[in-house]
Amino acid sequence: MKILTAPRMDRCIGCHSCSLACARLVHKNLSWDTAGIRISSSGGLSTGFEARTCLACLPAPCVAACPTGAYSQRKGGGVVVKKSLCIRCGECARACPVDAVFLDHTSEPFVCIHCGRCVGFCPHDCLELTTAGGGKGGETASEGGGA
Amino acid sequence: MIRDHFRVLLVDLGTGRGRIENLEGRDAVAGGSGLAALLFGKYGLPERPWDDPEQPLIFTIGPLTGYFPLMSKTVCAFKSPYHDQYAESHAGGRSALALRFADYDALVLQGRAPTPSCLSVGSRHLDLKDVHYLWGMDLFKTGKMLRRMYKGAGHRSILRIGPAGENLSAMACINVDTYRHFGRLGSGAVMGAKNLKGIVILGDGSFPLPEGKEYARLFQEVYRKMTDTDMMEKYHNYGTPINMAILNGIHALPIRNLQKTSDPDIEGITGETFARDTLLRNAACAGCPVGCIHIGFVRERFMGENRYLYRQVSYDHEPIFAAGAMLHVTNAFSVLALLDTVEREGLDIMSAGVALAWATEALEKGVITTQETIVPLRFGDDAVYRVAFHHLGAASNEFYRLLGQGTMKAARHYGGADFACVLGQEMAGYATGEVFFVSQALGLRHSHLDTGGYSYDQKDKEPDVNGAVQFLVQDERARVLLTSMVSCLFARGVYGEDILADCLRSVGYKVLSETTGAVSSHVQKLRWRTRLRTGFDPRSVSIPKRFLEVETWRGPIDGAYLAALKEAYAGAILDLAREEREPGPQKG
Repeated sequence: MKILTAPRMDRCIGCHSCSLACARLVHKNLSWDTAGIRISSSGGLSTGFEARTCLACLPAPCVAACPTGAYSQRKGGGVVVKKSLCIRCGECARACPVDAVFLDHTSEPFVCIHCGRCVGFCPHDCLELTTAGGGKGGETASEGGGA
Repeated sequence: MIRDHFRVLLVDLGTGRGRIENLEGRDAVAGGSGLAALLFGKYGLPERPWDDPEQPLIFTIGPLTGYFPLMSKTVCAFKSPYHDQYAESHAGGRSALALRFADYDALVLQGRAPTPSCLSVGSRHLDLKDVHYLWGMDLFKTGKMLRRMYKGAGHRSILRIGPAGENLSAMACINVDTYRHFGRLGSGAVMGAKNLKGIVILGDGSFPLPEGKEYARLFQEVYRKMTDTDMMEKYHNYGTPINMAILNGIHALPIRNLQKTSDPDIEGITGETFARDTLLRNAACAGCPVGCIHIGFVRERFMGENRYLYRQVSYDHEPIFAAGAMLHVTNAFSVLALLDTVEREGLDIMSAGVALAWATEALEKGVITTQETIVPLRFGDDAVYRVAFHHLGAASNEFYRLLGQGTMKAARHYGGADFACVLGQEMAGYATGEVFFVSQALGLRHSHLDTGGYSYDQKDKEPDVNGAVQFLVQDERARVLLTSMVSCLFARGVYGEDILADCLRSVGYKVLSETTGAVSSHVQKLRWRTRLRTGFDPRSVSIPKRFLEVETWRGPIDGAYLAALKEAYAGAILDLAREEREPGPQKG
């Protein structure tokens, strides 16, 4: 199973293309919130950016916290979310140790599904879809990029 | 959100209350520049002074903001302290996407807050907070405080002013998200006059996208053009400072208060030098994968025993021209230190640099003395300019207070108008020739971005008054369409009229997509009418003698051509403003 990683965030320019792509292509929204990856400045623009995205925990605390079975463990790490089973309680977001689950104002959860569709929209090659348990980070070539 | 009208948030700063107005006119003015002029027509008070509390401070975005790459700019419109007339200034940062996601096509601020305040708006909140404790703080400290006081890091935009805005300097800018600015014509003083230290816009809304594949396909196509082709290379590689060496090479760079147009010392402040020696990283406006913002650093030893501090400073061609070439400061790090100082004060660097260049020459010529300048200004002396920029922002004495109202205002009082480099406002960094000088002097924003006059000059055409004026009118019309969308003008090579129409259609603006030509023409006229209604007379504009003394690669400036161009362009502007009978926007 592939998982999304953000190994080169020190290259990030804060364009939000990844978040916008996730919202647009996965969730069919225009948004920088309702996305599986969200970018924020870390203490002001002069200190760079960080990505909030699912770290593909195994086992995932959000799965344990979900009271209705809407969240289930994804093979290789991360979660599979069945929104039809979700009661908008927000426990998943509270359980996530790295704030990777976004709740909109109705408490609908949005979390990365590790599809990698954001990767090609990063102009500085910050993101990488990699094999779960395999070598994250490093200088391996990845798809996308090309600013 | 796609809607056939404008959703405008009006805030009365006197009471801290707001209201939503749904305004008709989408198909007539699109948004951005067009919407700003429409709103000024509705809420502006042409006969009353710029600092009348009821004058509106307007921020607008466009129909494509956030929907496509580089649709990432915000238009700010106001009655300017610089000339007490209608003005527009544009900035990026996160302001445009934050407004989009806050779900407002425009934010209109009226009234005056009873105490120094900060306004915070989002899709589900409106809050005016007393921040008297921030008044007097420089721009950096203000930013740190506001970041701590408000939530939403990454998905908010912070607009703030420094001491210059509080002191009502006509050169005060509004800083946007640290590295971008509503720079020109004194929007910062409008915030100051309204007792508004900051505006925090939280982009906390989301909207469903159009059904079907067309939008996603078109997005992909536009995105690819912006990132995979060489079209945008110049903006993210060396960035706009690439112009420094080019203009210096063709004797078209204003140097030393425009006493020269080329100098070997410029090698120390070219885009190549900045990139090689000072560039730390790039940054981007939200929604733009190009990342044209170039950030360098200043490093200062503030104490013995190797105690250093450092700060990050964004640079572009215009700031380097103004703080470097015009002041003959030709060391890249010295220029960055000056930019840092100017930023701290919340001044527009272009006006501030050109103003001090005039003051330096005025001091050299004995027009003024150090009693006025406080410090002995001298071309090339960056240490003394750091002090002087502070005095300009602080309005430390009557001289600096008057200079902050505009170089020509000071020159009229003290003398030295012949060598004041003012084209409507302090000049931009191009001494390319007659067409640019006339374009900036008469242009609606007095900006190098009103038209491509500097580019026309470089085409080495024979003097052709009618051809040049036709170019200026048509080029302005094309740019007005982009600034009504609101696109970054760096994307003008990608966003031709056909692609814009496709983009509009793909998100549901069918009528607008079929009438872009009529819309740009209408907005162009509407803007000029708005400007003239506040007192602008293009025939009264004069171009100081210094511009006639310039020599470019083509030789001396042709004074007769310049005068004929000015007269003809003034006539064309009056013609644009005169036609009152074309169909206007519907009333809301």
